[in-house]
Amino acid sequence: METLSVSKKVIPITNYQIPKKIQIENLNLKIGKKHILKDISVSVPKNKITVILGPSGCGKTTLLKSMNRLTDMYPDMEVTGKICIDDEDILHSGTDVTNIRKRMGLLSQRPYPLPMSIYKNIAYGLKISGRRKKRFLEKRIRHYLIQASLWDEVKDRLREPASSLSIGQQQRLCLARGLAVDPDIILADEPTSALDPISSQEIEKKFLELKNGYTIVMVTHVLRQAARIADYVIFMYLGEVIEQGPAYEFFNNPKTEITRAYLRGSIN
Amino acid sequence: MKRGSLNKYYLRKISLKAEEIFFRATMLFSSCIIIFILLLIIYSILQKGLPSLSIDMLTQTPKGGFYFGKEGGILNAIIGSIYLSLGATSLAFIIGLPVALFMNIWLSHKKKLVNSFRFILDLLWGIPSIVYGAFGFTVMIYFGIKASLIGGIVVVSLFILPIMIRAIDEGLKSSSVGLIEASYSLGSTKTETAFKVMMKQCLPCIITAVLLSFGRSIGDAASVLFTTGFTDHIPTSLTQPTATLPLSIFFQLSSPIPEVKSRAYAAALVLTVIILIISLSSRLFTIKYKKNRINF
Ligand SMILES: Nc1ncnc2c1ncn2[C@@H]1O[C@H](COP(=O)(O)OP(=O)(O)OP(=O)(O)O)[C@@H](O)[C@H]1O
Ligand SMILES: [Mg+2]
Repeated sequence: METLSVSKKVIPITNYQIPKKIQIENLNLKIGKKHILKDISVSVPKNKITVILGPSGCGKTTLLKSMNRLTDMYPDMEVTGKICIDDEDILHSGTDVTNIRKRMGLLSQRPYPLPMSIYKNIAYGLKISGRRKKRFLEKRIRHYLIQASLWDEVKDRLREPASSLSIGQQQRLCLARGLAVDPDIILADEPTSALDPISSQEIEKKFLELKNGYTIVMVTHVLRQAARIADYVIFMYLGEVIEQGPAYEFFNNPKTEITRAYLRGSIN
Repeated sequence: MKRGSLNKYYLRKISLKAEEIFFRATMLFSSCIIIFILLLIIYSILQKGLPSLSIDMLTQTPKGGFYFGKEGGILNAIIGSIYLSLGATSLAFIIGLPVALFMNIWLSHKKKLVNSFRFILDLLWGIPSIVYGAFGFTVMIYFGIKASLIGGIVVVSLFILPIMIRAIDEGLKSSSVGLIEASYSLGSTKTETAFKVMMKQCLPCIITAVLLSFGRSIGDAASVLFTTGFTDHIPTSLTQPTATLPLSIFFQLSSPIPEVKSRAYAAALVLTVIILIISLSSRLFTIKYKKNRINF
């Protein structure tokens, strides 16, 4: 049996009562007859890193996308239930979907920088929110690039196309771009799976720093990574949530047989 | 036993080798034929057209008796062709770009619908241009419109519209949904995604589409035969008939007089050079604007 070294973070019992940022209740998602998310009820604590784990095809990406209402792109998806962010049900809210999405930055499995320069990639989010003053833009762009620890590498080549960056740099650019729309949640779908170990570590480090100001939800396949950075774990299997709770408990004291099998590496 | 399998191994290796040699030879052969034919065409145009190519030819309109070997030039046809193609390409672009974006962004989930639309466009692409010409002519007669520049522009833009839409569409189709999702997740609307992100991503494709359509419209004779007419003057308004290079070539080539015939080749040379310039600039532009494109 593989032992995972979980840092012995002592999780005070009050952690169970920490404020919730996202609260999902009875979320069901169907495509035709296919039931992809089955009665999901989970809560995501504020200013913590929540990691979604589970074998391939269990619906992790779909869950993440429904938080961002990217599921709107597929009108044949039938979504029912409640997703509350700060007590506002975003699935049935009158708020414009673009405003909902601006509250979350999304990092995908592989980086998709916009087809423009590094500078414009970050200016994009600011501009569509109506900020156009050049002085302001320059200041903010510098700020977000520093926040994503990319500034030193790109400060002399801001006008170059984003496609000229390495994959790891592109992923950090996407992080900076996501932060620039001023979200309070970061959704990340296997953000390090296309990256080399060093770039992956940088993203992890960044997340640990960012969690003071942001609520982070991350999907990963790498158990070690989850053990390194998770505060809270949601474990899914075949479209259902099997277990959720503080990371320390999840890794050291799994409650169900499926979880134990998954942690042993015998499901996948 | 062992020897048998060894033999088989070598046989297989030899047959693979033979296969490769065969296909390589075929490809080489076909490429050579194509290059040879191309050179032959260029050579014959140059050889027959260069002697009659003169400054007058490029700067004069036809004078009386031009088609019997007297003085004049084909400036009317050069200008006419450029007017017509510019007009038709702009019109097709203004209609085609939103259609292609609409197909790929607003209808992205309706794969079946979009694919049948693509199929129809491909069919339209295959229809000979004379059919468009005849159709346009019928419509124009019905409404009592005479052969004119605007008639030609509309008909030619109909004829190049499928080309324009499909060429842009191919570029949009091959870009990943990941980019659309990335744009949405930043809080952009569909319109912003279409015009600020996807259009930039497909800029090389769009330029190719425009220049491809321009090339098709400037080189086509059949669709303008009834709809644009022919005249010796440079048009000053959209409602006047307009001369075009392909028709100018056609009329001069059908003359029995040798001087006129060789002028037809000079006109063909002018047309070829214009098309060559377009193709080359399309290459250059594509390279220039490729740098921003995100490769998947
Ligand atoms: N647009 C769609 N149309 C039809 N089925 C879909 C669609 N998107 C996802 N699915 C199905 O939903 C299920 C869950 O997919 P999802 O991508 O959420 O899994 P995942 O947990 O992210 O897997 P992985 O770890 O491999 O990324 C899969 O069975 C998939 O086939
Ligand atoms: Mg996934």
